[in-house]
Amino acid sequence: MKKTSRSSALRNASRRRFLVGTAAAGGGLALGFHVPLPAAAAERRPGGVEREINAWVLVRPDDTCVIRIARSEMGQGTRTGLAQLVAEELGCDWSKVTTDSITPGENLARQRVWGEMGTGGSRGIRTSQDYVRRGGAAARIMLVQAAADEWKVPASELTVDKGVITHAASGRRTSYGKVAAAAAKVPPPDPKSIVLKDPKDWTIAGKPVKRLDTADKLNGSKIYAIDVKLPGMLCAAIKASPVFGGTLESFDEAKIARMPGVKRAVKVNDFTVAVVADTWWRAKTALAALPIVWNDGEGATQSSATIAERLAEGLTAEKTNGTRQNGDARAAIAAAPTKVEAVYATPFLAHATMEPMNCTARVTADRAECWVPTQNSEGSLAALSESTGLPLAQCEVYRHDLGGGFGRRGGPQDYVRQAAAIAKQFPGVPVKLIWSREEDMTHDFYRPVSQAKMTAGLDASGNLVGLHVRVSGQSINAYFSPANIRDGIDLRQLQGYSAEPGDAELGYTVPNLLIEYVMRNTHVPVNTWRGVNTNQNAVYMECFIDEAARAVNKDPLEFRRALMSRHPKHLAVLNAAAEKAGWGTPLPAGVHRGIAQFMGYGSYSAAVAEVSLTPQGKVKVQRMVLALNCGHAVNPGQIAAQVEGSIAFGLSATFYGECSVKDGRIVEQNFDTYPILRLAEMPKVETVIVPTYDFWGGVGEATICVVAPSVLNAIHAATGKPARTLPLRHLGLA
Amino acid sequence: MATLNINGKAVQVTAEPDTPLLWVIREHAGLTGTKYGCGVAQCGACSVHFNGAVARSCSIPLSSVKPTDRIVTIEGLSATSTHPVQKAWAEVDVPQCGYCQSGQIMAAAALLQRTPDPSDRDIDEAMTNICRCGTYQRIREAVHAAAKLGGKRAAAAATPAAAGARDA
Repeated sequence: MKKTSRSSALRNASRRRFLVGTAAAGGGLALGFHVPLPAAAAERRPGGVEREINAWVLVRPDDTCVIRIARSEMGQGTRTGLAQLVAEELGCDWSKVTTDSITPGENLARQRVWGEMGTGGSRGIRTSQDYVRRGGAAARIMLVQAAADEWKVPASELTVDKGVITHAASGRRTSYGKVAAAAAKVPPPDPKSIVLKDPKDWTIAGKPVKRLDTADKLNGSKIYAIDVKLPGMLCAAIKASPVFGGTLESFDEAKIARMPGVKRAVKVNDFTVAVVADTWWRAKTALAALPIVWNDGEGATQSSATIAERLAEGLTAEKTNGTRQNGDARAAIAAAPTKVEAVYATPFLAHATMEPMNCTARVTADRAECWVPTQNSEGSLAALSESTGLPLAQCEVYRHDLGGGFGRRGGPQDYVRQAAAIAKQFPGVPVKLIWSREEDMTHDFYRPVSQAKMTAGLDASGNLVGLHVRVSGQSINAYFSPANIRDGIDLRQLQGYSAEPGDAELGYTVPNLLIEYVMRNTHVPVNTWRGVNTNQNAVYMECFIDEAARAVNKDPLEFRRALMSRHPKHLAVLNAAAEKAGWGTPLPAGVHRGIAQFMGYGSYSAAVAEVSLTPQGKVKVQRMVLALNCGHAVNPGQIAAQVEGSIAFGLSATFYGECSVKDGRIVEQNFDTYPILRLAEMPKVETVIVPTYDFWGGVGEATICVVAPSVLNAIHAATGKPARTLPLRHLGLA
Repeated sequence: MATLNINGKAVQVTAEPDTPLLWVIREHAGLTGTKYGCGVAQCGACSVHFNGAVARSCSIPLSSVKPTDRIVTIEGLSATSTHPVQKAWAEVDVPQCGYCQSGQIMAAAALLQRTPDPSDRDIDEAMTNICRCGTYQRIREAVHAAAKLGGKRAAAAATPAAAGARDA
C-alpha cells in the first residue's frame, strides 16, 4: 500500500534519532568516571550541599546518597533495581538512598556519560548493569581514598559498611557524608582495576527491598506529565484522521471560536487538527464541535476481513521473507504416519496505558522544552529538535515517570512532535496536549496482526520428526525501521524461533524443521507491544506442540522434555514450573491444566495454568505458576510484580483484546469495547525465580509470552477443543 | 460560579454546567491526584468519595453537584498519608506505575468503610477499577491488610472533610 504521511514522518524521525545516537556515542559511552568531571555539582537540597562523586553518585553531608537514574520508570521497577545495583557496589546505607533522574540534555552535554536512556525491550537493567555497578564501585573507591588521604593510611587498611568507613588499626571512623567533598576531588580509579562483587555476596541487590517510588503514589502528590502546571499554560485536544493514511482537508474554526475558553483551532500536520483552550475540557468540548473534513484515502477500503484475507493468502504463498531450516521438514512430514495441521490467528492490540498520551511543550525562537512521559528521553529530544528546527543543544526534555508504557512510548514520539507543532504556534506559551482515550485507542501503534499455519509429522513412536511453521503477518520493521530489512528478509517477526542462543532461542530440537515468515503489511501502524512478537509466536508454537502431543496420546510435558535435551536452560525452567504446579498430580473436579515454555529478551519462562469452566462454558483461570530464569535476580519482589503484571496483561489480551478495522479505522474506542481484565478475574499467581547467575536477562517483557499459550492449552484440556483464534470472547469462552 | 465542598473546603469554580466533576477537580480546583483514564466511567481512575460513597467523577456533571455534597479526593483521604489503606498499600508494595492507584485507594477506603472485614468476594465486587500494570493480586492482599489495620475506624476518623462539610 501507499506509504502514509504519518509513517514517513516517523521514518525521518528514526533517521534523526540514529544520527543523534551515533554522533553522541563517539564520546566514550557508559563509564561515568571516564569523563573528566566538571566542578562538583553543589546544589542546596535537604541534607545539605551535595557533592557529585561521579556521574552516578552524589553524597550529601547527612550521608544521603543520591543515585542518578538514566532509564525511564513506568512501573517496571527499574529505578529501584538500578539503585540497588549502584548502592550494592557503593556500600552505602540503603535506608539513606534516594534517586534523581537525569535529562537527555544533560546526557548530551556530558558526552552521554549516562549511556543509553531508552527503556524498552526489557533492557533497563540488563544492558546497564555493568556500567552502573562500576559507577557505584568507583564512587566507593574515591570515598574510601578520601578518608585514607585524610588519615594518611593506605586505603587497603580501610573497610566500609553501610556508608561508614573504618580504620580498624587506629579505631577511626568517618562517614560518606563527611568525606564527600574531598572524595569529589579524588581522581577516579582505572575502570580495569574495579572488581565487582560476586552476586552471592550481595546484601542490597538480589533482595526483595521495597520500591523507592511508592510514597507519592499513595496520596495524589505524584506529578505525572498529565498533571504538569506551568504559568500561563494552555491546553490542547487533538484529533488525527480516523482512517490511517487519510489527510486533513479543512476545518471550520469560526464555528467554535466563541466557545468558552477557546483560543484557536490549529493544523498540527497534514492529517491532524487540535483545539487550544484555557482548559483541556473546554478544548475537548470545542474539538467535538469543530466541523472537520477528512480525505480518508485508500485505507478506507480496508477492514478486518480484507486484512485477514491478505494474511491467509500468505500462509500458502510461494515467496517468503525469512526462513530457518534444518533437514527437510516437508518430506519428513509427508512421510510421517501421523500428521497434524492447524491454523492460528491473533489480532491487532492496543497498549492502552492508563495515562493517555500527553506532552506539554513550550517553544520560543531559541529554546524548546517539553514535559513528557517517555520511554526514550533522547528520542523525545530528537523529536522536539526536529519539530521545532532548533538544535539539540537548545532543546530539553523533562521526563516524568510514566503512567504505563508497554512499548507505546518508546519509538514513535508522535505526541511529542504534535505538542511541539502546536506550541510553535503559541510562542513562549506552554501548551499541554492530552489525548482523549478515544484518540489513544484509535491512533496507537498496534501489536501486529498475524496468522500461522503449523504442520507436524510424527513417527510410529510418537516422536516429532518434522515441523513446518509458516507465519504470515504485518512487519514492525516494515512500518517503523525498514532499514532493518535486508534483501526482503525480516526475521524479527520470527522472534522466539531463533536457532541462536542468548536472546530468543527456540527450546526444541526437531530433526526436520522449517520456519518461514511471509510479510503481509496493512495500512495500520504497528510497533512494539509488551513482549512484542514472542506473544503471537509462543501461542502458535506452544499450542501446536500440545496439539501434536495429543495426536500421539503423549503428556504435553513429557512430549516437550523429549525435544529439549539440548536446551538445558529452557528445560530447567519448564521443570521448575511443572514441579511447583504439581504437574501430574490430581486436580479438583472441573479444573484442568495447561503448560507452555518460551524464551524472549534473554530470559527463559514457563507457565502452568489451571482453568475451570462455568456452567455457561466461560473460562475462569484459577491459578498460574510462572517460572523464570532471568540470569540475575536483582529484586525478587519486583520480578514477582512484573510476572503478576505480565499475567494480567496477557490475560486481558487472551480473553478480550482486539482492535478491529472497519472502513479503514479502528472500531474499539474505549474500555467498554476494549475490555481489560479486572481484579475479580485475576488468578492466584505464584512466581518461581530460578536464576543461574551466568547471564543477564529481562523480566517485564520476557515473561508475558507463556501466559496465553498455557491458558489456551488448559482450555483445550477442559473443553477437548483447541482455541486457535484470539480473543476468547469471540469463541464464547469469555 | 459554583461552590463545591472538596476535602472539607469550600471551593469556588467557574465552569460550564456540563463540565465533568473530574475536570473541575483537576483544572479548576487544581487537585491532580484524581486521574483521567477513560471519561466513560469504565476504568475508575477518577474515583472520589461523593457523600461518603465511591463515585466515578468523570461522569458526574458539575450541574448535578450541590454545595452541600461532600467530595473527598485522594488528597483529602488523610492529611498525613496514614489512612490504613495507604499504609497497607505501602506495606504490600502495591503500585507499579501508580497512575490508577488514587482511584484504587479511594475504592478500597470506601469498601472498608461499609465492610470493615471484606471477604474475597466483597473485594471482587467492590474493586472494579482497571489497573493496566496488573497489581490486582497485591491490591487484594493490601485490602485485607488494611482491614486488619482497622480500615473502618480510621477511615471515619481520617475524613475531616466530612466533618468540615457539616460545619460549613
